[in-house]
Amino acid sequence: MNQQASSTSAPKFPASLAANPKLSSWLKFSCNGQVTVSPGKVEIGQGIVTALAQIAADELDVDISRIRMIPASTATSPNEGVTSGSLSVQQSGRALRHASAEVRQIFLQLASERLGVKIDTLDIADGTISGPGNVRTSYWELAEEVSLDRDATPGAMPKLAPVRVLAGISIQRIDIPDKVFARQRFIQDIALPGMLHGRVLRPQNAGAKLTILNDARARAVAGLVAVVRDGNFLGVVSKTEHGAEGALQALRKSTAWSNGDPLPDANDLATFLKTQPLESTIIDKKTATFARTSERTIRRQYTRPYIAHASIAPSCAIAQWDGDRVRVWTHSQGIYLLRADLALALRLPADRITVEHVEGAGCYGHNAADDVALDAALLAKQAAGQPVRVQWSRADEMSHAPFGAAMTIEIEADLDASNEIVDWRHAIWSNGHTARPGRAAQPALLAAFELATPFPRTISTNPPQANGGGADRNSIPLYDFPSWHIESHRLLTMPIRTSALRTLGAQGNVFAIESFLDEIAAERGEDPVQFRLRHLRDERAKDVIHAVARRARWKPEKPTGTGYGIGFARYKNTGAYCAVVAEIASAEEISVKKLTVAVDVGEAINPDGVINQIEGGAIQAASWALKERVRFDRQRITSTSWTEYPVLRFSEVPDVEVELIQRPDADPVGAGEAAHGPVTAAIANAVFDALGVRARHLPITRDSLIAMMETSR
Amino acid sequence: MPSVRFRLNGVETDIEADPDRSLLEILRGPFGMTGSHFGCGAGECGACNVIVDDRAVAACNTPLWSVADKDITTIEGLGSLEQPHPLQRAFIAEQALQCGYCVSGILMSAAALLKRNSTPTSREIKEALDGNLCRCGSHNRMVRAVLRAADAMAAG
Repeated sequence: MNQQASSTSAPKFPASLAANPKLSSWLKFSCNGQVTVSPGKVEIGQGIVTALAQIAADELDVDISRIRMIPASTATSPNEGVTSGSLSVQQSGRALRHASAEVRQIFLQLASERLGVKIDTLDIADGTISGPGNVRTSYWELAEEVSLDRDATPGAMPKLAPVRVLAGISIQRIDIPDKVFARQRFIQDIALPGMLHGRVLRPQNAGAKLTILNDARARAVAGLVAVVRDGNFLGVVSKTEHGAEGALQALRKSTAWSNGDPLPDANDLATFLKTQPLESTIIDKKTATFARTSERTIRRQYTRPYIAHASIAPSCAIAQWDGDRVRVWTHSQGIYLLRADLALALRLPADRITVEHVEGAGCYGHNAADDVALDAALLAKQAAGQPVRVQWSRADEMSHAPFGAAMTIEIEADLDASNEIVDWRHAIWSNGHTARPGRAAQPALLAAFELATPFPRTISTNPPQANGGGADRNSIPLYDFPSWHIESHRLLTMPIRTSALRTLGAQGNVFAIESFLDEIAAERGEDPVQFRLRHLRDERAKDVIHAVARRARWKPEKPTGTGYGIGFARYKNTGAYCAVVAEIASAEEISVKKLTVAVDVGEAINPDGVINQIEGGAIQAASWALKERVRFDRQRITSTSWTEYPVLRFSEVPDVEVELIQRPDADPVGAGEAAHGPVTAAIANAVFDALGVRARHLPITRDSLIAMMETSR
Repeated sequence: MPSVRFRLNGVETDIEADPDRSLLEILRGPFGMTGSHFGCGAGECGACNVIVDDRAVAACNTPLWSVADKDITTIEGLGSLEQPHPLQRAFIAEQALQCGYCVSGILMSAAALLKRNSTPTSREIKEALDGNLCRCGSHNRMVRAVLRAADAMAAG
């Protein structure tokens, strides 16, 4: 029967729905028996589109095959900000669930009137609404009589967890068949009628000025439509992609640039980070209820390098002008935010810009997707209404896209006579971890800094703790230490461009905290699992640690050269709980053999999707921990290819075993960033277990370990 | 402009083009076959892998002249929704990808492996895919999918 929530108090009105209340902006019934759902969040390889389809199908009682997911567009979709921070299922999922529940109720009400039966006798099966005496109608029969151009109201009651049919089931992702049969889904593969091709020539040195330009050879390349220059922004448009590449190479040979801005010493990032002009913020302070005597203080410094997004595909965008209007196709994570920055950079009212999302390759934060969209809009301006597709080179993708910020973290603990922690101090030095578009009065897009009338370069900032924090993300311990002081120092200079990369500062902070705890536990001669459990009060936190210890048979006997380590965090202290046991082998290099992971994301809408995200996050974190480091000399980024920026390969990838703790009654949270911190820490702790050396500097390589051994001698 | 002849997905083909151009440009441009993806342009990532005479090669640094009179199979020729290759079935069954941009190259490397070794071990699969990069971390699922496809092919 009519299985609505029976509780008397309505659930909280979802923020995303309050901001975008019009029901028709979320879903519509189309005449062919389908439901079109248009969330504001976008697919970036995380399977969100499938999870959202599951939620809508569940609430509406329609088969999931009837759900058509529409890619986000500023012309039609709700404005849900940016697809980031593992928030999509939380924000978009709750809004869509609520909107669908209300739509279902509207149709039941109308069906009750039309069919002349009481509403609570009606049932819905695959969109057909039926009642006693074999009366029936459907969403699609009634659709013309209902306008969904009305605002959602707080009263709607989504189904309770036990009566949902699809939530909690591993539905196959709806985008995967297209991808294995190579049917066009990626922006890189789209060809619009009359489409031209553009390329942008960027200097190797950041901030370099174009001093000599001789474009005669570029103009001679077959197919050339335009050489476009605006200050230090320089590009070509050609009839063919081959012609655009040829003109770009010709242009490269006949330009000269100034030296640009100096870069820091890559081999002494800690000194660089600690000697810049800083803005210091106290993130959190806890005062002990009664002070215990400290016997000694220990202090450790941890560093992580700049890390590249290094998306497998170079960023790409298409733009087309029609008079003073421009349409942009992009794989940006935030179409409305990108539109806001395009409006600033192009000096155009936002309502003359339409931004449409098309899938790109896996995206792990603010990469060059937004930058290339402005490149395309600038080049297309010279193309007389024809669409222009711009694609970055591999080298530009590796050197001009924003990086995850380098960090230096120092933790100091006062210990009592029995080596129990009596006070804890955590300090971070780092550039800000976000400079996303659409959030400031200045655009954050690369070409905007290069124009003849340039916008100032954006200096990255940190989101507030209430939004999860930036450099300080996960810096406040979940452990019950009696007192602490957490401080973050943000650089006010930015010679190397940084912005959001998966987990922001959490990977660095969790690595530092969990490594330090491990060291204290070892000094006490206490098992690190027990030590953590003894300092946690949150039962869900303890549960993932118990689960991972059980699954990994903590602590296994270890042959020589093998080590086991544990790491734990709750992402942002409000998201997914994740505990990891790493098994490593040390030979010539460190290799990770196995990662055992226990995770609690609350209600897992699509359990296999969650496991896929956790596996992927774990492997990516192992790659960061063992291999990844942006390399540069004093003038330019030098890690511009996969040879100079190696990532983990098939032969190096560890086995990953995931145990999912399903909690249907807890709000769903994202999974994509939960594993990075705990995996990094577990690997570092396993290295100590194997070799007796504390790896405090990422990436953990043979050379960095030898250096550690030498300094500790 | 000289003409280069080859068999593309089983069809005799010839094209007038500069023989020094990369096979990838020709596939994605004149032939409109966009399943082979550009990733690096230097043969370092495998996103554009195709099979040339039973061997998986990076189309981005394979010059057109070098495939004259050869047999080329691209992802478009591997299988279709109606007639999927066992690897394509297995990748769906194992949900063996996240973003999927690397997957067509990986399918081609795996297909070449299964042609020369119908019963590969996990280790052999990892070796065969070592030139293919995946940035989302779907490696283990992909290895499982190749094992599944090999089993399905053995079972006929």
